[in-house]
Amino acid sequence: MPSEERKIQAPQPNPETKAFWDAAAAGRLMIGKCTACGQVHYYPRAICPYCYSDKTELQQASGTGTIYTYSVMRRAPVPYAIAYVTLQEGVAMMTNIVDCDLDKIRIGQAVRLVFKPSENGQPVPMFTPV
Amino acid sequence: MSIKGKGYIVGIYEHPTRKADDKSLAQLHAESAKGALEDAGLTRADVDGYFCAGDAPGLGPLSMVDYLGLKLRHMDSTDSGGSSYIIHVGHAAEAIAAGKCSVALITLAGRPRSEGQATGTAQRTAGGNAPDVQFENPYGPATANMYAMCAMRHMHQYGTTCEQLAWIKVAASHHAQHNPHAMLRDVVTVEDVVNSPMIADPLHRLDCCVISDGGGAIIVASPEVTRGLKRPKVKILGAGEAPKHQMAGHVDLTYSGAVWSGPAAFAEAGVKPADIKYASIYDSFTITVLMQIEDLGFCEKGQGGKFVSDGNLISGTGKLPFNTDGGGLCNNHPANRGGLTKVVEAVRQLRGEAHPAVQVRNCDLALAHGTGGSLGTRHGAATVIMERE
Repeated sequence: MPSEERKIQAPQPNPETKAFWDAAAAGRLMIGKCTACGQVHYYPRAICPYCYSDKTELQQASGTGTIYTYSVMRRAPVPYAIAYVTLQEGVAMMTNIVDCDLDKIRIGQAVRLVFKPSENGQPVPMFTPV
Repeated sequence: MSIKGKGYIVGIYEHPTRKADDKSLAQLHAESAKGALEDAGLTRADVDGYFCAGDAPGLGPLSMVDYLGLKLRHMDSTDSGGSSYIIHVGHAAEAIAAGKCSVALITLAGRPRSEGQATGTAQRTAGGNAPDVQFENPYGPATANMYAMCAMRHMHQYGTTCEQLAWIKVAASHHAQHNPHAMLRDVVTVEDVVNSPMIADPLHRLDCCVISDGGGAIIVASPEVTRGLKRPKVKILGAGEAPKHQMAGHVDLTYSGAVWSGPAAFAEAGVKPADIKYASIYDSFTITVLMQIEDLGFCEKGQGGKFVSDGNLISGTGKLPFNTDGGGLCNNHPANRGGLTKVVEAVRQLRGEAHPAVQVRNCDLALAHGTGGSLGTRHGAATVIMERE
């Protein structure tokens, strides 16, 4: 699959995001959850973007969702599909759609979580059609 | 406090260069400043406020203030990408209204073409401590594919087509044929656009703006200073600015921050979209124009495709003449930031100094609007409404 040959820039975790990337390395996609107001958010934050409480935690996402929008970048050494996927939990995240025919990707398509290694080996959450 | 009538645009300059490999960045800023001051009939010593954004070299405004030899009472380096200079016009009027300065200089310059930047397609490089970077860069966000995702969703939700988007480029090319400085002066057809190479689905090469060097400057002055000047008077009636972002995961790419900046500017100006005779609309991509036209209220949401079709944006024939200099799609996009030149062409229209082939008749009310940053992630929208006095 061409989309797997693209060099994936490695994320640079910081003290706030290390737990997110450690979970990704263990095969889990996490979203932000505020235990004060109950809202979920993405990307995860230490301070809830809704109520500014610091009572936030990571919650494991189910790993299923639908494609909100996408675009196949043709002007690249290896074409790739960038997308926003709306997770079952209700938040959308930027991602890639991989392991598929890039010409058959459609908005509304159901997708499931996969992990792909970035340049330094750190796994990054991506999605593939169900 | 309203800015209505508190500031006038008295000087404009668009640098004629489109490839400046023989000039420095600071030099382009200075040549633009000199051009705008000469246009206004003012001098360096009259300037007591300076505005610039991230394209200016050095720490905020400090290096350029030094290079330009300015003595100031007010400075502002608000940066919202390409829309910064439209925000600066509003901020300059605010500062004048508050008595913080009386002659504000705004400059822009950049050399992305000489520096060989692949502005639209290069993947974003790691950028410091911005909190979003690690959650986005692994996926290859460039500029083109971010705007392309907005276009894809708009097509899905509203039935917008590639042919409708192409009309925006067609209109820009009809205007650019009359601009001797424009990079692309050939008139193109809808077929030319949709048959040009695909960059990022559904945006073709001709849906994308040019990459150019260049610069420009604007002088905003108080009513008192303006009374002593000889140029036609362009009064600032209203301005609005608004950031839009991913809303913590509640992503909606079908609209832009213009839904907030536009109504704020119209309310302050006391006019309606239907009153506007000419509009400069930021055209980084064709989809940018379409969404902003809807969000500013020139047509209903979702109807932008129909609205821009059949030459409706072409001066002389269409209902909403736009970007009569050829805009970013055909003329130039200095520093990858098109907001300043949007104001410049609107002022030319209000002065009656646009090219005769594209000059809007009795053009007494104009709007300039921009989107800076990225429509697909986070951006700053800015609107300014101006009147010929």
